[in-house]
Amino acid sequence: MPGHFEPLPGGGAAVALDDVEISIIRSLAVQLLELIGPGPGADTPEDPLAELFAEGPSEPPADPVLRRLFPDAYSDPEQDPGSTAEAEERRAHSAEFRRYTENDLRAGKRDNALGVIRTLDALAPVDEGGAVLKLSTEESRQWLGALNDLRLAIGARLEITDEDDTDLLYRLPEDDPRKPMVLAYLWLGGLQETLVTTLMP
Amino acid sequence: MGCVTSPAPVEIERTESAEEVFAVPEPDVPWVTIVHNDPVNLMSYVTYVFQSYFGYTKDKATKLMLDVHHKGRAVVSSGSREEMERDVQAMHGYGLWATLQQDRK
Repeated sequence: MPGHFEPLPGGGAAVALDDVEISIIRSLAVQLLELIGPGPGADTPEDPLAELFAEGPSEPPADPVLRRLFPDAYSDPEQDPGSTAEAEERRAHSAEFRRYTENDLRAGKRDNALGVIRTLDALAPVDEGGAVLKLSTEESRQWLGALNDLRLAIGARLEITDEDDTDLLYRLPEDDPRKPMVLAYLWLGGLQETLVTTLMP
Repeated sequence: MGCVTSPAPVEIERTESAEEVFAVPEPDVPWVTIVHNDPVNLMSYVTYVFQSYFGYTKDKATKLMLDVHHKGRAVVSSGSREEMERDVQAMHGYGLWATLQQDRK
């Protein structure tokens, strides 16, 4: 069934994709990789220890997509802000958390996006201009994470902040410039929904 | 239940160096991990994350997911500050919006 993952006997999942779909997913994954950026060791590839001991940033990212992918760990949006000193303490804790976790988190998301690109590039084309993508369970987990990150990224770009926004997007006029991104968002949602079903414990 | 599908990073022991910088002011008060609602994450995916990372039953994972969806938030785990930082990092890895705080209720 097009646009739907189905479980494979013995584990893993499969989906039929046409050339356009393959090219859209690949292009989105590449854009996500570019946004996440290279690891801290990229400038000194001759020194693997540099990456190991590199500290991450302490400030939240400026880009709204990256801010959604790497949120502050100590800033509860509904919490009473309390005194200035308490707010400052939470800010300091968030900065500390970010320094020690953001590089690892970025690496994990990079791995997932790279896994998507790798499996797409390994596809054997069939005559009708498409292919059947078959994923192992581990590859399915990478795809699941990457599909979620892509939807979070598109959701942030489309400024989806509550459920009503999603309803509004369904009713966009055909000539709205956001229409292609909305269609991609909904299509990726269908892929993710059917993929997660194949992975349910 | 969740062991089979737990991703490898969960198994890794965390080093304590990062946490020793801050002294915990009230060691007897547990910390909690809170997951916040957002309109992008699929309900099935959130349930999957709660089952596969925390090893919760389908019923418990579904209840927590519905709490997040309807109440805007849910406490998904509690423990030491170090444990909650590990859980929050894992949630961010899955793309869920999570924070930690001391449970003062």
